[in-house]
Amino acid sequence: MSETMNQSMLRARGLRKEYGREASLVRAVDGVDVDVPAGETLAVMGPSGCGKSTLLHLLGGLDRPSAGEIWLDGQRIDQMSERGMAALRRDAVGFVFQAFHLMDELTAVENIELPALLAGRSPRAARRRATELLDQVGLADRARHLPAQLSGGQRQRVAIARALANSPRVVLADEPTGNLDSEATLDVLQLFESLHEAGQTLVIVTHDARIAATADRLISMRDGAFVDNTRLTGGTAGNLGALVGLDG
Amino acid sequence: MQQEVVLALLAKEPSHGYQLRARLRDALGPLGDAMNGGQIYVTLGRLEKTGQVVVERAAGMPDRPDRKMYALTAAGQRRVADWLAEVNWPKPDLAEFHLKLLAAAAAHLADPVAIVDAQRRELLRRLRDAQRAAMAEPRESEAALLLEGIVLRLQADLRWLEACERTWTKPKASTRGER
Repeated sequence: MSETMNQSMLRARGLRKEYGREASLVRAVDGVDVDVPAGETLAVMGPSGCGKSTLLHLLGGLDRPSAGEIWLDGQRIDQMSERGMAALRRDAVGFVFQAFHLMDELTAVENIELPALLAGRSPRAARRRATELLDQVGLADRARHLPAQLSGGQRQRVAIARALANSPRVVLADEPTGNLDSEATLDVLQLFESLHEAGQTLVIVTHDARIAATADRLISMRDGAFVDNTRLTGGTAGNLGALVGLDG
Repeated sequence: MQQEVVLALLAKEPSHGYQLRARLRDALGPLGDAMNGGQIYVTLGRLEKTGQVVVERAAGMPDRPDRKMYALTAAGQRRVADWLAEVNWPKPDLAEFHLKLLAAAAAHLADPVAIVDAQRRELLRRLRDAQRAAMAEPRESEAALLLEGIVLRLQADLRWLEACERTWTKPKASTRGER
């Protein structure tokens, strides 16, 4: 058991989150066990209201569980102090949201360096890291642009760069392509793919089947619980022609 | 290989068989890998027999397949024009899957939700392959556009499966049968 724990970047046992009480009790997350090995890209899918966003908030320390235990990189986080949780969210976890949540009055590079500055890095080190990340997400030429001057896809890439500012142990994304068109989605997918290749652990909650299809593993959630756990390797053995009736 | 496709490839100008194959490879990208290279010559042979293409041979050259130049006849040209005006569309057989779920539930043969889950996994595998191919393709390539179409269709099918799942997970759906 302890061996699995060492291998898991993120681990949860018996996780519950309840809202309301008695007749109006809602079990948003209803007894969930999760193990995310380091370097894995895990997608969580399910209908609206199935509890997938709540699960992500619990895993990233944005919210506390009603019951259950969570470990991040071997460290128990569900009982941490407020101060500990704040440091955790800043340093160990990178968040990406559907609505980007960039600061409108800051330029792209300033948005990206902000978490590093908050973590106490020197302005020079923070700027160097932010510039590197901008380059990594393909927006080196947009450093001085305000979010309003960027397309939706570019804003999300800035948001992903910001999530990486403090080299987090895990990146948690909530519907990262929910507001993006087909082409911008492809950019974000490619970015996640390159993060995956670099060994980043990623947990993505999504409605978008394209993200789910490119993840290492897919968990389906219904009514606060996991109902399916799939590894999507194997595929159609590269016979893409069969998809358009060109085989044979 | 569909005859109309081969005819249409010849509409611009008379071509050698290998030139048609190269054009198909560009248009289909990784999707063309499943194509048998000889197929196009079989189709060209049939089209020649039915008078829709004619073969021109360069004078004084030995009679080898790669020396043959294919051109449309008037009949071939008409067929291409008719094909362009057609509004046929490939249709996935959703009715079959729908009836499978109904039959499984009615006869208590299997849980429809489990069937939906299995189908979803299969479509996700296909989507994974198509998405990976799309990501590997240069953005402006002809094949990228085709791959986008495949990805969008699979997404639509997956959304329908979500609707199936919602219906079949309702405890008292009237079509679900007694428990």
